[in-house]
Amino acid sequence: MKKRYALFLGCSIPVRLPQYERSARAVLGRLGVQLVDIPEFNCCGYPLRNFDQKAFVLSSARNIALAEREGLDLLALCQCGFGTMRMADFHLKEDDRLRTAIGKVLAKEGLRYTGNAQVKHLLSVLFHEVGLETIKSHISQPYDSLKVGTHYGCHALRPSHIMKFDNPVAPTLFDRLVETTGAESLAWPMKLDCCGGPLKGTDDTLSLDFAEKKLEDAGRAGAHCITTACPYCQIQFDIAPKRMMFERGGNHQVPAILFTQLLGLAMGIDRQTLGVHLNKGDMAYIESSHGVMV
Amino acid sequence: MFYTISLYASLSIFSIGLLYKITGWFRHRLGRGERQISTAQRIAAAVKGILKTLFSAKVLVLLKVFLLDVLWQHWLLKKRFSRWLAHILIYGGFMLLLLMHGLEKIIAPHLFSDYYSTLNPFMFLRNLFSLMILVGLAMAVFRRWFSSAARPKSTGVDHYAILILAIIMISGIVLEAVKITSFNSFEMMASDYASLSKDDTDEFNALASYWVQFYGVAAPELKPPFDAAVLQQGEELHQASCMQCHSRPQWAFISYPASRALFPAATLLDQIDAPTLLWYLHLIACFAGLAYLPFSKFFHIVASPLFLMAAGVMKAEKSLPANVTTLKVLALDACTHCGECTTRCSVAAAYNEIPNPGILPSEKLAAFRRLLSGGRLSKQKLLQIQEASHICTDCRRCTDICPMGINLEALWADLKTLVADFGFPKPEAWARKEASAETAVAHSLDQVVTISPDGNAFMKEVAWTPQADTFHSCFECRNCTNVCPVVGSYESPRKVLGLLPHEIMHYLALKQKEPVLGAAMLWACTTCYACQEQCPQGVNITDLFYRLKNLALRQLQQEA
Repeated sequence: MKKRYALFLGCSIPVRLPQYERSARAVLGRLGVQLVDIPEFNCCGYPLRNFDQKAFVLSSARNIALAEREGLDLLALCQCGFGTMRMADFHLKEDDRLRTAIGKVLAKEGLRYTGNAQVKHLLSVLFHEVGLETIKSHISQPYDSLKVGTHYGCHALRPSHIMKFDNPVAPTLFDRLVETTGAESLAWPMKLDCCGGPLKGTDDTLSLDFAEKKLEDAGRAGAHCITTACPYCQIQFDIAPKRMMFERGGNHQVPAILFTQLLGLAMGIDRQTLGVHLNKGDMAYIESSHGVMV
Repeated sequence: MFYTISLYASLSIFSIGLLYKITGWFRHRLGRGERQISTAQRIAAAVKGILKTLFSAKVLVLLKVFLLDVLWQHWLLKKRFSRWLAHILIYGGFMLLLLMHGLEKIIAPHLFSDYYSTLNPFMFLRNLFSLMILVGLAMAVFRRWFSSAARPKSTGVDHYAILILAIIMISGIVLEAVKITSFNSFEMMASDYASLSKDDTDEFNALASYWVQFYGVAAPELKPPFDAAVLQQGEELHQASCMQCHSRPQWAFISYPASRALFPAATLLDQIDAPTLLWYLHLIACFAGLAYLPFSKFFHIVASPLFLMAAGVMKAEKSLPANVTTLKVLALDACTHCGECTTRCSVAAAYNEIPNPGILPSEKLAAFRRLLSGGRLSKQKLLQIQEASHICTDCRRCTDICPMGINLEALWADLKTLVADFGFPKPEAWARKEASAETAVAHSLDQVVTISPDGNAFMKEVAWTPQADTFHSCFECRNCTNVCPVVGSYESPRKVLGLLPHEIMHYLALKQKEPVLGAAMLWACTTCYACQEQCPQGVNITDLFYRLKNLALRQLQQEA
């Protein structure tokens, strides 16, 4: 059966991380996942949560309703978008009064939220819908001796009874996906910690502290790179290090690569298509460590 | 006399307004660095830039932009056909009408030796141009008021623009219709051009009968059917004195049907001298429109072409910084408030819940313009801009869709800096700063806590969903605080964060608004949900923090 999803890109990816969209489309296309674009999608609601709870729920609900109209589930590439829309979905299902109030606003546009469309993250779709075996069968250039620090991201894991992503304390989903590529997913102490992205602009010092600590920790554990599946985390580990060096000195040697890029390279997709050249970190070691399968 | 005075009065207001607006492009400053560039420097840079462009190959680019973008509006055609059609109809029709009819004394005689407004093709064309405008206007009105697809806010400026244009058009059409039926006008013309008066009964009546029969005049005492001989005599008189200047009024295919509709009231209209009244109305509306133009959204007629041409030849990296600034200010005037940005805005839906029009980019730009043009905005307005500026996710969709090609994203960045300079930076950072000032007060745990009835009202606000009162289950095991990566980042977290997560839950249970909303912890929270996940009692700690942040921001806004 063909898998079809409404692709939810959010606001950041098209503008600040186009390589995520490009690599995700390339990889999912090869794995037989069909992506439908809904241009009317709006902000997931995440940035609104600090301002107004109903505005956040409405934003999410509108996206879910738009996907419902097409009879599709949503596939989110960002964990904040995934987490936010699932949280809104939870509130809407739990709270009749809220659902009625939001429904009224949506009705003005002829939209309806019934809660039938599911919000899924890219990684869940890869793991549960595509399956590890299918992915393995697409790997043509597996990595050899590449140690990867897998960064799960908070908003996919927690609160676990709403996200239903994986075991929040000892998750394995992302590690097993990474290992399909032949790379080794490291056990490292700060694996599940926050990247600091949400504090950017509010408390820049703390935001950088988080990213820095995590990069150092991954380096100590022997990681050749960190892999992410969320634009905010990726920006924290790929772009923020420049600022770290500028403001704090030191040199952070652990580059960050999006999982779709890591997987794409192992599937033999060229670096241009995956937008690997757009990453700020040094990708040379990662690219040199995947060989041609004999 | 009236004509001359009102013409010059409106022209002077127009000119002063124009001058005021144009100098504004050089006076207003946006960003921080740009404030060092003086007005004189900006004017000098602009003159230099213009001269350099005019005497280079770039003049061809200017020409191309003028033909393709300004006249043909290629960009709009590409983006939205219906909108292009409506706009080209209004603006094309209006320009043609202005040249052929409004400025008929100045232009028409030089182009046509036999120009008379009542002769074809001029009479027909005037109606054709009017039809263009009317169809365009109808499309605009439909979009603004009736179409459910359009979401942008229509404000006063849009209504005035459509209203003035509508008055000009309708008064013009009714004026022509009333003149067709007017017996007084006929009498006057007959006396002036055929030297016939009512006293020349037979001849006068013959001509009048002919005009009643074929030209739609409403004569109080002459009703068809007419005798063939009388019509024959009328036709001869008509051929001798009238025909050279008058085509059949049916060619005025809008005004003529209107004149048939007004026909029953024709005598009454003549008695109140409707043609003169309508002439005044038409004239006043035209002159009012002219005087109001620099201050209305019609100013885009001047600003938009200039913006398009300037933007067409300028490159941000290469152009003088002074000119880049000037172009940005000019862009604010080039905005036609079409609202395309708002229809594509990623956070526009939030406007349904947060009553801040600034969330909509089209309204934010209008506020920006007011802020720049020296209008001192109230604190409340500044707070609105601050909030809206940071609700914006910088998704760039507005910039991509703008039919005028305005780099809105860059303007929003400038706006953020500008309101920050007024003392309103990113709300979260702002709240964090305000909260940390209160850290010392909030709170020594040995302070006596007073339970007041206000606490109940606060509790109602906190409880926005059924899950929001879970803090009652907290037994202060401090798991949340222990797993919090923010708390773990500090040597003495209470000094920085005011209250720790478990203490916030504790104060919530005691219904204490002040310490809770003043805790810097709320703004240092990275929303990783570790606390909520680890809470053995199922307290929605992170979610509660979100709600408390909403309330703290609202309180800060009210205090400011």
